[in-house]
Amino acid sequence: MEIKRGIAVSPGVAIGPALLLDTEWFRIPQRYVEAEQVDAEVVRLREALDAAARETRDTQEAVNAKLGERYGAIFGAHAMMLTDPTLEGEIDGLIREQGFAAEYAVSRVMRRYAKALESINGGHLATRVADIFDLEKRILSCLLGQRREQLADLTESVVVLAHDLTPSETASLDPKRVHAFATEAGGRTSHTAIVAGVLEIPAVVGLGAFATDVSGGDVVIVDGNQGLLIIDPDEETLAQYERTRRNFHRHEARLTELRDLPAVTRDGVRVQLFGNIEFPTECAHCLDRGGEGVGLYRTEFLYLGKKADPTEEEHLEAYMSVLKALGPKRPLVIRTLDLGADKFQAYSGSAHHERNPFLGLRSVRLCLQNLPLFKTQMRAILRASAFGDVRVMFPMISTVLELRQCKMILAEVKEDLEEEGVAFNASLPVGTMIEVPSAAIMAEHLAREVDFFSIGTNDLIQYTLAADRNNEAVAGLYNAGDPAVLRLIDTVVRAAKKNGTTVTVCGEMSGEPLYTLLLLGLGLRQLSVTPHSIPEIKKFIRLASADAAVETAREALRLETARDVNNYLREQTRRICPEVMN
Amino acid sequence: MESSTLRNCFVLTNHQGLHMRPCGAIAATAARFQSSVTVSLPDRQVNAKSILDLMTLGAPKGTELTVEVDGPDAKDALDAMAGVFDRLAKGDFDEKDET
Repeated sequence: MEIKRGIAVSPGVAIGPALLLDTEWFRIPQRYVEAEQVDAEVVRLREALDAAARETRDTQEAVNAKLGERYGAIFGAHAMMLTDPTLEGEIDGLIREQGFAAEYAVSRVMRRYAKALESINGGHLATRVADIFDLEKRILSCLLGQRREQLADLTESVVVLAHDLTPSETASLDPKRVHAFATEAGGRTSHTAIVAGVLEIPAVVGLGAFATDVSGGDVVIVDGNQGLLIIDPDEETLAQYERTRRNFHRHEARLTELRDLPAVTRDGVRVQLFGNIEFPTECAHCLDRGGEGVGLYRTEFLYLGKKADPTEEEHLEAYMSVLKALGPKRPLVIRTLDLGADKFQAYSGSAHHERNPFLGLRSVRLCLQNLPLFKTQMRAILRASAFGDVRVMFPMISTVLELRQCKMILAEVKEDLEEEGVAFNASLPVGTMIEVPSAAIMAEHLAREVDFFSIGTNDLIQYTLAADRNNEAVAGLYNAGDPAVLRLIDTVVRAAKKNGTTVTVCGEMSGEPLYTLLLLGLGLRQLSVTPHSIPEIKKFIRLASADAAVETAREALRLETARDVNNYLREQTRRICPEVMN
Repeated sequence: MESSTLRNCFVLTNHQGLHMRPCGAIAATAARFQSSVTVSLPDRQVNAKSILDLMTLGAPKGTELTVEVDGPDAKDALDAMAGVFDRLAKGDFDEKDET
């Protein structure tokens, strides 16, 4: 049994056989061959090893010519490993004696070598582990050829393990087959983590290297509550997790009972809870849990993995399918394109190199320099507004001027639609995200320009503390409880109140019960959270008192460090509802 | 045909020890002979014709290795092995970027 500790990004517990994916999406299932097929399987292996060795020698020659023989010799060594009689003997043995399919046998043996090299003292050979994985990949690609299987075609239930998953790869997982996933890389607020929440399957990221510890088919436990990956659990652990899994489902069921109750504090203050969604299908998750509307509809998925930008009709179709699920009365806040370097590197439109993409051309900045793209989306949003309570929101606004430009373009699009006789809501509510510190500081002026604010805490925290949330070396600075963040939120809420502008928080902070009391106390009456957090936040609000929350917020604003703030809030939260802090 | 067991000891004096490319050179050399060739540490013995086995020795600088050959061409094989360890000692396989 081996326990790896990572970052819990989507709650729940799953137990099942591991399906290992490498970066090229090879599936390495624990597959067996019939006794009469063993000879044929050994021949397949032989041919794959020969082909892989041939390829490697070709690489060697190419590298010899290009960089010199010293470097080519690396691939010469690779070719020798591929023709190493010991290697073939071992793989051969697993096929003949255990009846393993060639792919599975290769994966097993290569991982054993990787593990052996990794454990050598001094670590000077540790870098060679990459060589072993390189060879494994080469053999597998020769074995699988064009028959590489797709994740979408899974027929058995599995737990997916990978070095990393891109958001689009994560989105392609079928929650009916994939019971959980765990990755070596990634951070709490990476887009992959957000998508895991969307799929409502347990997920743990940032586990560090585990590829050498696990083979396809091994039983693993993903504990999305505590952020653990348990490889090859012993019986006691397994039994304990079976219990946890049952309890978790019971707990979920109890929270669902809250669905039709309002989010009202003990002293009668009403709070509105909305859901953050990415895909139209999530609308149901949101409503099932008692969400009163959609406070953040991310539209980036429309641009994902496509060669051409989405057409107006494609936009409209997506918006209409959400409206259909939501009904005409519930609000639907559509955020315009928020492509960021962290999220969609594959986006071809922004392929030019930026040295500092987080401070570069992204989000609304990209839109303002690409008006046809921006206007196409605005037209679709306006057209959808004829059919429901649609609102538009601009992300990453950093100056008053930018916001005015967006509004001006919106006005132009409205004029066009009017001339064309196309129906839309002329008083479509307009909002801006507050996620850049300059916008928070200028909130008083921005408030006069719009109908609503939505505080995007993920980016606000990252830009305020100048810390990349995915960079483990500095991720400690990224903290929602930082006093600087608290002050900015306080400033924004005050500015909004003064101008009669509605204000919501839609970052991950709003879905964490630890901060609910603080946000209530700062004066927030609307929160937009991932659908699965709605019941828990509602339960907590129903136990809290708005009056006492004001005291809590005032006290929190006096503290000097994020640690003090978090400790204080933990204590206050525990006093009201001990179980939410577990 | 006459068969005999011969052995010799070599100390790794190069900076990087027995990394991937010298393992490749040893295995390639050993494979040219009919004789069996093994490389041993005090507690482990591996087939010198297998680059993977050699790599798993993980022998760093300063290690004393025993090479043992057994077979009809044992003498030639041992001479050839000595040649490889000579080149290794001269730093022929070390790279600046390979630490």
